[in-house]
Amino acid sequence: MIGDSKYHSLDPSKCIGCTHCMKSCPTEAIRVVNGLAVIDHERCVYCGQCHRACPTHAFYVEQDDLAMIRSFKYRVILFPSIMIGQFPGKYSEDQIYDGLKKVGFTHIYEVEQPMQVMIDSINEVLADKETPKPAISIYCPAIVRLIQGRYPSLTENLILRKAPHNLAAHFAIEQLRLEGALREEIGLFYATPCIAKIAAVKSPVGESESIVDGIVNMNQLYNEVMKVISDHEVDDHSVQRKNLSAEGINWSLTRGESCHFGSRSIAIDGIHNAVRFLERLENDQVKGIDFIEMRACDQSCAGGILLTGNRFMTVERLERRAKRYPSAKEIHQENNLEKAQELKRKLILDPIMPKPHFAFGKDRVKAMEKMDKAQRIVCFLPGIDCGACGAPNCHALAEDMVNNKAKMSDCIFLQQKWVDEGRIHARKAFLNIQKKWGADRFKADCNKRGRRNEGF
Amino acid sequence: MKLTFNIQGGDFTHAGKPSSEVKKVLKQLNVDGKTVKNIVIALYEAEVNVVAHAWKGTVLAEIDENKITIFVEDDGPGIPDIELAMQAGYSTASKQVRDMGFGAGMGLPNMKKNTDELLIESEVGKGTKVKMVNYFK
Ligand code: SF4
Ligand code: SF4
Repeated sequence: MIGDSKYHSLDPSKCIGCTHCMKSCPTEAIRVVNGLAVIDHERCVYCGQCHRACPTHAFYVEQDDLAMIRSFKYRVILFPSIMIGQFPGKYSEDQIYDGLKKVGFTHIYEVEQPMQVMIDSINEVLADKETPKPAISIYCPAIVRLIQGRYPSLTENLILRKAPHNLAAHFAIEQLRLEGALREEIGLFYATPCIAKIAAVKSPVGESESIVDGIVNMNQLYNEVMKVISDHEVDDHSVQRKNLSAEGINWSLTRGESCHFGSRSIAIDGIHNAVRFLERLENDQVKGIDFIEMRACDQSCAGGILLTGNRFMTVERLERRAKRYPSAKEIHQENNLEKAQELKRKLILDPIMPKPHFAFGKDRVKAMEKMDKAQRIVCFLPGIDCGACGAPNCHALAEDMVNNKAKMSDCIFLQQKWVDEGRIHARKAFLNIQKKWGADRFKADCNKRGRRNEGF
Repeated sequence: MKLTFNIQGGDFTHAGKPSSEVKKVLKQLNVDGKTVKNIVIALYEAEVNVVAHAWKGTVLAEIDENKITIFVEDDGPGIPDIELAMQAGYSTASKQVRDMGFGAGMGLPNMKKNTDELLIESEVGKGTKVKMVNYFK
């Protein structure tokens, strides 16, 4: 659900109110209030754009305590394949698996397996004549929330099949049961590359409850493994990867999904690219496309905010790794999974509902009045979207005003004009700005942000 | 409330601005997704017609509590036979325009399909006036 919980927050002692996050947010979910950024969790889609934009790393991710894994007999770590791509090249897959065991996990599953089940399942949806085209993948949860909130008419295009972490979770449970484990003895932990997946696991869309028991932040896990990883040869763990395929390894990369589906498909990465494309799609300006893969991060999950490695190097490493693995089809035939049908059934999602978050309330007459008023206010604003009012652009400020969340005097240009017209005193105008931005903002300080060569 | 836009004939690069703006407003008014989609599709077709066939045009959208009325008027060659243009596949677009992929029919059938009321008046050599009405659910 949108806005039912917070999965990321802001450390007020680090935030300098620089407006970078506010400007980069695709849903205008951030305002600067009293010199500090504030997230509107109703609007947030957990794309992580604000974390990237923040020069002081003031955003942090809410996460579960790794110690909680100890309460289970079977401790399963589920992680997307990209995690392997984070480690320095000198470490083998076996050494990484071994490190995960030392951290305390008993079973290790890369989530993109057994991938043929997923491919078949999505193909079934596409083959169905009732499926609206282009069908859009639900793989990236930030995109699902973006569509629900900002492009509600496109929710019906979302493919109602779960993401790989669900696939692997069901698969792991199935296999551990064969070893004699009871469900309550199994703890499933998902290592996440982003906040969007945390939100997807903790408050899933289209599922009544999540199958995963806990979340581990991928860069935290990386650090834990790096502390204990062996430099020497370790046991062979390759049996645990016997259902991992080339397709699975590439799945989380750009075109990792779209290359399998439809006769014409498109892959889009980067949230702002997605926004532009969804606008077109909503206007019915995209014809003849069967399948759309869409991910919030540049270079898809290789660009997730909780990853350690450089995204381009991660992509290269994974592509190279994939070449060493057999195809999903081969694996499927060879391992002859009895439970494939059952697994496929478990992947079906409940319908996903629109949750429009841009509307001015339910009452249309009142909404029109508010819009009219906002339009009139916009006429008086300078239209340079400077952000000094604490809103991302002049239009957003006008909307905040009609929603009683901002005042005319928040605009520093209007204030200046009023001073010139003698309508308010210069002293009062200054105090207004000081209140908005904090007194420190006006102190001389050579270490203040905004110097040259201090870019990203 | 009223929204007005100007359209420049031949400017394919910027076609779609009025429909995107109207869409934004309708979404803020909590109009249901399907209706918004219909309106936007019809308006986009009308816009592209002006861009492809006429010299210049205007869009006026009037929104009230339960409906939107859109007037698209252009200075252009006009449509000699509106009934014929309503048939799918009919095109008066110049070769240059057809080559750009815009000429496959004038989209009038698509406009009809996506509006509750559609009225077209045209005078050859002067221009075309389109009125479209969609009711909100
Ligand atoms: S995570 Fe994305 S949607 Fe949420 S506040 Fe940050 S930039 Fe905005
Ligand atoms: S692209 Fe991947 S890492 Fe980025 S938000 Fe989506 S699921 Fe998370």
